This record gives sequence, C-alpha cells and structure tokens, in this order.
Amino acid sequence: MQVHVSYFAAFREAAGVSSERIDTAARTAAALFAECTGRHPNLQRYTASLVAINDELSGWDAVLADGDAVLFFPPVAGG
Amino acid sequence: MTHFAITAEAIDREAFRDGMVDRGCGGYVQFEGWVRDHNEGRDVLRLEYEVYEPLAVREGNRILGEAVERFGLQRAAALHRSGLLELTDVAVIVGVAAAHRGEAFEACRYIIDEIKSRLPIWKKEHYADGEARWVRCDHCAEPEHAHSS
Repeated sequence: MQVHVSYFAAFREAAGVSSERIDTAARTAAALFAECTGRHPNLQRYTASLVAINDELSGWDAVLADGDAVLFFPPVAGG
Repeated sequence: MTHFAITAEAIDREAFRDGMVDRGCGGYVQFEGWVRDHNEGRDVLRLEYEVYEPLAVREGNRILGEAVERFGLQRAAALHRSGLLELTDVAVIVGVAAAHRGEAFEACRYIIDEIKSRLPIWKKEHYADGEARWVRCDHCAEPEHAHSS
C-alpha cells in the first residue's frame, strides 16, 4: 500500500524532506516510523513523540490503511 | 465565546483586548508570551516558530472550550505566532473574560499551560554565536533521553 508521510521541524531537517510517498508493508504507525528511520539515517537519533493520521492525533499502534496521510511530530514547544 | 488562531503577522495587543470587552464581565486577564534574549545560559537573537496549522487550530479551540466549561467564562481567545520573531515580540497572547477575577486568573493559566504542551508548534532558537537549535527536540539526540512516545 501507499501512504503519504510528513515530517516537521527537527524531523524535517533530519530527513531532508518535508514529505514523501512511501510504498510500505508496515502495519502500524510505529512500524512505519521505523521504516522511515531506515530511509533517513539521521532520523535514527530521534524518538518520535507524537503521530497523527489524517489530521487526527493517533496512537503508535494504530493500523494504517492505503492512502493514509501520516504526520510525525517531534516534541512540541509552543508559547 | 472562543476564538483561537495562528498568525504570521505581528500581534496587536490593543486590538486583541478591545475584542474581548464584555459588559457582563468584571474581570479580564491577559497573558503575553515574549521573545526573551536568553535561554539555558545562551544568548538568543531571535526565534522561529513552525506550526502545523490544521491541528493547532482545532486543538487550540478545544483548549479554549475546555476552559470556558471548566471555569464558567464569558470569553476566551488566544493567538499564536508563526514564522520569524525578534526580541520582545509577542509570541502568544491569551485573553480571558469572566464575571469575577478568580476564575479569569485560573483559566488564563490553564490555557497557556495547555497551549505549550498540546499544540503542534515547534520553536527554533537562533543564538548570538551563530548556532540554531530546535527547543526540546534536540534533547532527543542525547542517548539518555527518551520519550514515552
């Protein structure tokens, strides 16, 4: 299946891209993030803190579906 | 009544306050977060905020709604900046109007604390020595540091 992955802030700089389409067999968000760290070795230094699927905050064990938009967020620091 | 927004423009604190006036309210509390010239022993020159707006706006409005319900407010509003900010710029502003001051103080504190911990907003500090660093996130690279994910 194909998913659309977006990276933010430090993740974007580590990955070197802001978003990409990935053909994946990953079943969960956690498995997909592991796959992304394989594609972008600089991401390996980081532990993702939040994940959103189709603009809803989600759990790492959430099951992915074809066409999902997956957002990886580093720890937030607003205000 | 609640209103939350992200803006790339300078925040006009007077206009923001004028929009909060309500004849049923006896207490109004406003919090401004400013860009400070130092953090953790380093000289800061400017800040950069990256925001994922669709989620930030939805979650920001949720926080204001929680505060209205929990503290019985008449009005609650907040604006958060995106983009490049200079020293003393207003990064975030929160306004809370209520019948009495007690709930206005408490609700304002609740809202700014939730904004800082829940919204998809990231802050990059630019230092006097030429370096720049994403706040909080660069700690991720330290081996002893882990997030509960």
